[in-house]
Amino acid sequence: MTAPVYNFAYLDEQTKRMIRRAILKAIAIPGYQVPFASREMPMPYGWGTGGVQVTAAILGPQDVLKVIDQGSDDTTNAVSIRKFFTRTAGVRTTTATLEATVIQTRHRVPETALNENQVLVYQVPIPEPLRFLEPRETETRRMHALSEYGLMHVKLYEDIARHGHIATAYAYPVQVDSRYVMDPSPIPKFDNPKLSNCAALQLFGAGREKRIYAIPPYTRVTSLDFDDHPFEPYRHDASCELCNATESYLDEVITDDEGHRMFVCSDTDFCEQRRAAGHGPVAARPQAEAAHD
Amino acid sequence: MYVAVKGGERAIDNAHALLADKRRGDRNVPELSLDQIDNQLALGVDRVMCEGSLYDRELAALAIKQARGDMIEAIFLLRAYRTTLPRFGASEPIDTGAMDIRRRISATFKDLPGGQVLGPTFDYTHRLLDHTLTADSDVAPAATAPADEATFRSVADLLAGSGLIEGEAEATGDVGDLTREPLSFPAGRDLRLQNLARGDEGFLLALAYSTQRGFGRNHPFAGEIRYGEVEIEFFAEDAGFAVPLGAIAITECQMVNQFTGSATQAPRFTRGYGISFGQSERKSMAMALVDRALRARELGEEAGSPAQDEEFVLSHSDNVQATGFVEHLKLPHYVDFQAELGLLRKLQAEFFERGTEIPMQDAAE
Repeated sequence: MTAPVYNFAYLDEQTKRMIRRAILKAIAIPGYQVPFASREMPMPYGWGTGGVQVTAAILGPQDVLKVIDQGSDDTTNAVSIRKFFTRTAGVRTTTATLEATVIQTRHRVPETALNENQVLVYQVPIPEPLRFLEPRETETRRMHALSEYGLMHVKLYEDIARHGHIATAYAYPVQVDSRYVMDPSPIPKFDNPKLSNCAALQLFGAGREKRIYAIPPYTRVTSLDFDDHPFEPYRHDASCELCNATESYLDEVITDDEGHRMFVCSDTDFCEQRRAAGHGPVAARPQAEAAHD
Repeated sequence: MYVAVKGGERAIDNAHALLADKRRGDRNVPELSLDQIDNQLALGVDRVMCEGSLYDRELAALAIKQARGDMIEAIFLLRAYRTTLPRFGASEPIDTGAMDIRRRISATFKDLPGGQVLGPTFDYTHRLLDHTLTADSDVAPAATAPADEATFRSVADLLAGSGLIEGEAEATGDVGDLTREPLSFPAGRDLRLQNLARGDEGFLLALAYSTQRGFGRNHPFAGEIRYGEVEIEFFAEDAGFAVPLGAIAITECQMVNQFTGSATQAPRFTRGYGISFGQSERKSMAMALVDRALRARELGEEAGSPAQDEEFVLSHSDNVQATGFVEHLKLPHYVDFQAELGLLRKLQAEFFERGTEIPMQDAAE
């Protein structure tokens, strides 16, 4: 029995090259899902193995890494992944969005606008936006090849017919550069507009499903909608109780057994930066509990 | 008031310390050694090696110990280690006909060259709890005798010799590896067999069972099940010949299934094939039934049952993938939940504004 010795950022160089080839192809064909030979990682499938492999493949010793889950640097899985790269790559880590060169995320896009020196790596559970309409990969690949997206529009239309709105609140499908329909990963649709014309490179890794896809910098990304039912990003009609932000995505926190609740920024770094800059809570302001629109 | 959700790092460290403590359990009870696991829980080690797709008894025993006996967790540990190992090549195909037989039975012939060799088996035991095992047992070594036969030809070969069963396709030398290339569909039989060999025993068992109950019936006979050691050889470029690397224990199952034929081909039996590391007969037999079920299209059979659906079977057989995705629901999803909550509140508000008597189809306007 030999004690394992691991390479920089865990993956061996052969594997990294294989992943980088997939990433390059993904950048060349924005929104297209590139199959790659995903490896077993030392964390479970479904817990960010795709994102971790992409990050491992692009990380250099000079990089500064930030890992968030649900917008927060302190959620358990974000802590676990950050620790993994601290241990295997020894890179510097940060919680400050602007300091990071590589940001791995699950379920959120940071509130702070990203720049050209940054890469945003998304963890993706189900990369196929058509999967819940058509379970067969053989079929969905054909549909993408032929740009056959009618089924998706029918689904959105049926939502409107049934509920009066498109009943998709997260993982809201987008079209990249007027070609491929893409799953933006389960981010709230509030974040969808940030995908478009973003200065940073956006990479999406799905480990269990063995797919990588990308949005190159400054690429147009549109959320699917209808002329008479335009896409509308959703946000609670409330402000953060810690920093009073009115433009950020909010988490709802239940504060006692009576079901009282408060709203706080989901992006913890954004909230901290604002508080450091002197923004504070508005004293004893009653919080709106109902959604607006 | 608001409790900041901080301190994830310390909580994780503490949880892991607690896990290590629970793993060790009562300190008055002697700690398990890897040898004990390897020897006395040998079939568990076999399963972990097989589905972990790494033949190393000591590492598999370590994985079982580390996983506190959770087999899928142990399989995962072994897989995660396996993936970091360098690949320097593929062995020569093993010759199961030259197996050093520990057990060999056929359900299709009363007797055959080499005979029926029962070997170590639970078959025919009465499943009565044996209370003598609660204390240290003093088991006399089993009696041995010289083997009558050195080699045992496989039943499939015996049938093939008389043209009663389909031959196997000639090996081309190019064998796929789904751990190196992403699986795509339709998959060749090599990849299907690799997927099934790594697949979850329980999943394959249920699928195999479903074929027996009519969901893709293929009329199987257990032509032969053999368990024993085979030599592994590696062709060394430098030496110019195949070098023996050692022996591994495997279980092989050849199912003989209902015949097929056509206007130009005489009817013959078809085959399903199963193989596993160690002694894993249930797994090998289930694999053989599912392999045969997946050949439905190739053999021109109607293919409407789950076990015959290649994409369904191959996409869901891997228990490391399955457990990861099912269990990932434990991770925080509050951002998505918040988005759903917001949408639901909005829909509810609109619903109550309309009054409940207004029919839903108005919503489309």
